[in-house]
Parts: sequence; structure tokens; C-alpha cells
Amino acid sequence: MLEVSNLRAGYGAVEVLRGIDLAIDMGEIVTLLGSNGVGKTTFSAVVSGLMQPWSGAITFEGKPIAGLSSQAIVDEGVIQVPEGRHVFPNMTVRENLELGSYRRGKGNRMRNIEHVAEIFPRLRERFSQKAGTLSGGEQQMLAIGRGMMAEPRLLILDEPSIGLSPLLVEEMFSLIKQLNTDGLTILLVEQNVLQSMEIADRAFVMENGEIKLSGIPGDLMDNPELQRSYLGLA
Amino acid sequence: MPDSAIIIPSVLNGLTTGGLYALVALGLTLIYGVLHIINFAHGALLMLGLYAVYFLNVQFGLDPYAALLIVPPAMFALGYALQRGIIGRASHGRDENILLVTLGLSIIIENLSLYFFRSDTRTVDTPYSFDVVEIFGAFLPYPKVVAFVGALMTAALLWLLMSRTDLGRAIRALAKERKGAQLVGINADHVFAMSFGLGIACLGVAACLLLPSYYVNPQVGSGFVLIAFTIVVLGGMGSFVGALIGGLIIGVVEALGGLFLGESLGQIGIFLIFILVLIFRPTGLFGARA
Repeated sequence: MLEVSNLRAGYGAVEVLRGIDLAIDMGEIVTLLGSNGVGKTTFSAVVSGLMQPWSGAITFEGKPIAGLSSQAIVDEGVIQVPEGRHVFPNMTVRENLELGSYRRGKGNRMRNIEHVAEIFPRLRERFSQKAGTLSGGEQQMLAIGRGMMAEPRLLILDEPSIGLSPLLVEEMFSLIKQLNTDGLTILLVEQNVLQSMEIADRAFVMENGEIKLSGIPGDLMDNPELQRSYLGLA
Repeated sequence: MPDSAIIIPSVLNGLTTGGLYALVALGLTLIYGVLHIINFAHGALLMLGLYAVYFLNVQFGLDPYAALLIVPPAMFALGYALQRGIIGRASHGRDENILLVTLGLSIIIENLSLYFFRSDTRTVDTPYSFDVVEIFGAFLPYPKVVAFVGALMTAALLWLLMSRTDLGRAIRALAKERKGAQLVGINADHVFAMSFGLGIACLGVAACLLLPSYYVNPQVGSGFVLIAFTIVVLGGMGSFVGALIGGLIIGVVEALGGLFLGESLGQIGIFLIFILVLIFRPTGLFGARA
């Protein structure tokens, strides 16, 4: 579904992504793991069209999308829920959701809002509340709900668990699993290795702008390098 | 102490003037609210709008109010093209660059106008230029009453656009959260240019409503824009309600200042308010607190 090959990108003269190769098949949850500063968010930004790649190829359902504008990539169905949520704080929950379908027109808007409200009943209670007044967990739900409004074919979730309490993190991961069970393909960009591995079909581990390890979670969890670097095990 | 028979007409007169000030300030605050820049070319563009209305009247006999069908759309197109073609490109994402570009544009537009139109002050003759309307016992110039109503209607339309349409929501979203806006597929360059175009279209409306009771020369914009900046600061940077209420307050203060202190000192009150707002409420009456 999504194929990335030899992707390079950076800021100014600093190369952040040093030849990334990654593929996601339809219906999968793929997790991209790595600690702070390894280039995960840069990778999300390039795939979403927020940053131009230096070189390399990105194809989505066979169509080259590297270097397209963010709106063209939204049109293709690749939707990113960014790290830090980036909801519209001055607008109500309903307005935030409506803007999620900005590129889709008004045809399915009401139906999609209803669908999001079913997934996140708490958002329904907050429809007329300004997004900036929501709690961190509610803002994360809104950010995902806004992404769902764009009828994604691939949903990129960038650090959805960051800043949430352990209970909410648990809730967030089971929700992500549920979205996938309902048929959504998901790229989960995370630092939370254990919980990401629990729900992912495959995992890629980034280090210094490169993919260091990849495979199915069961195998990777036994990898001594991963255990040492990310799980604190000797 | 003047009695109410003098004060009430002054206040009403101030409100009508304030409506026009608000219209100029609405465009300025819209551009500030979205692009986070102070548009120094605002006065020069108002002057261009006034010349457009003037020449449409003199060359083609078009009534200034009928010019509402032509000048605001043309000003919108000019604003869109300026933002997309010059301001956006030259800014490289840096606010100080945009300030310098708009200041440069202002100087170029004013000097080209001086070259082509000379410094003559020009007015239009309309059958209603000297008509008056009686409101609460006060006789107000008909063009100013029309301008006041037009300003309120424009503010209402702008409010509807901002609150009820996808474009308005996109403008508000982009004003506060650029990354989030791009990720829902909002084309930032296009929406920035639409916002700038709408701000300049407000000047087109102001020009059509203003000219029947005012004049045009190459320097005419600078007086308005100074007052508009004051209104934007008073109302709160980026606040539409603030621009409208602030415009009306400034209009009334100017009228009452003129009444009590004389015409030449009437504007002292405006700048006194400006200084007091900066000291005691720097976010303005309706501005968001940091």
C-alpha cells in the first residue's frame, strides 16, 4: 500500500533521514519505533507532504506521492494525526471535526461526525466546547477524530500516547487496535515500544535516520540489541 | 458645556464616521489575524480603491455605490495577486520581511499615484452628496448614513463568512494552527492569499462608500491607516468585533474631541486612547490574552 525506498531528507545541510526503506500492506498496523531525535517525526512530515524529500521514492497504492503538497496527499487518503495534536484551539470540537473533512466536501460530513462520535462518545458531550479547553486525552481523541473525518486509507499516528496518563495510554492503544480491526491501515510512530509491539503486525526501529531493525514484533522483542537499547534489559 | 442638542448629533456623526473607520480596520485586522503581519500598504491600497471609484465615476459616469459591484471584487483580485505573487514569495516565512515588503509596496504605490494622478485633490459629484437624513433630531449627511449601514452590513457578511463557511473556518484554523491546518488539507498559500484579498476587498467597499462624502489624493490613505492601526490595537489585534466596536468608539471620540477641543485638536482623544490601551490593556478590548 505504502512503499518508501531510499528516502533522504533534512533541514538545511543536516541530513535527518538517511535512506529509509519501509513498506506497509493494506490492513496492517506497522509501528515505527525510535527514541527522540532519530527522525521519526521528520519521516511523518515527509510522507504527509509537510516537508520535501531530498531524494528517494514514496508510492501510495502504486502512485508516486513524494514531494506532493500536503493537500494532494490528503486527497490520496494519507492522513497524519500529528505529535502534539495540533487541534484548532479557538474553534469548537464540532468545527474541528468539520474541518477534518475539508477536502472531502459536505456530502458525508454528518455521517462521518456521527461515526467519530460513536468511536469517541466523550467528544459528543463536548461538541460546542472550544478545543483549547479540552484535556490532553480529549484533545488526542479530537485529533484522531479529525483525522477520521478525512476518510483515511492510511492513518499515520505520530506519538499518540505522548503526555497521556498510563490509563489513557492503555485506552488509546486499544482504540488504535479497534480502528485497525475495523479495517483501517495504520502507521504508528511511537516511543512506547512495549505497547506498540503488542498491537503491531510489523515493526521498524529507527536510529540516527536509518532503519536499524525490522520484523514482526515477536521476533524483534527477542532481539538483544532492541532489549538493550529500548527495554533496558541487559 | 454644550447641551444634548449639540452632543447627540456629534455622537451620531461620530458613529457614521466610525463605521467607515471600522471598515478599513476590519481589513487590517483580518490580515493581521491570519498572516500575523501589519500591512503597511493598507493606506496606499485604500487610496488606489478611491481612485478606482473616482475614475469609474468620471470616465464612465458610474455611481460610487454602483461601483460596489466592480471595485471590491477587483481589489480582492489585486490583494490575492499581491499576496500570492509578491508578499508571500518575498517573505520567505519571516515576519520582518513582510513588514518591509508591505512598506515598500506602500511607497511604490503612493509615488506612482503621485506621478500618474498628480497631487490634486479630487472629489465626485453625485445628486445625493449634500442630502441629509434626520435621525433623532440630528441632520446627518446621507452618504455618511449609507456608509455606516454599508459598514455594518459588510462586518455582518464578514462575520457570516468567517463563522459559517469552510473558507472562514480554514482562515480561522490557519490563523491559530498552521501545521494542523495543512494536515487537514488546507492549502496555506491559497488561504493566506484569500485572507489578504478579503482584507483588501474591505478597502474596496470602504472606497465606494467613502468617496461620495470624501476626496482622494495620493496621500489620503495615510490618515485613515493611522486611525485604523489605533482601532486594531484598541479592539484587539485580529478581533473582528474589536475592529467594529473600536471603529465606532474612535469615531465618537474624534467627533466629541472636535466638539470640545476644536476641529484641529479633535484627534488628540484618539491617540490618548491609543496610549492608555497600550499601558493598561495591551491586548485590546477584545483581544485574546497571551
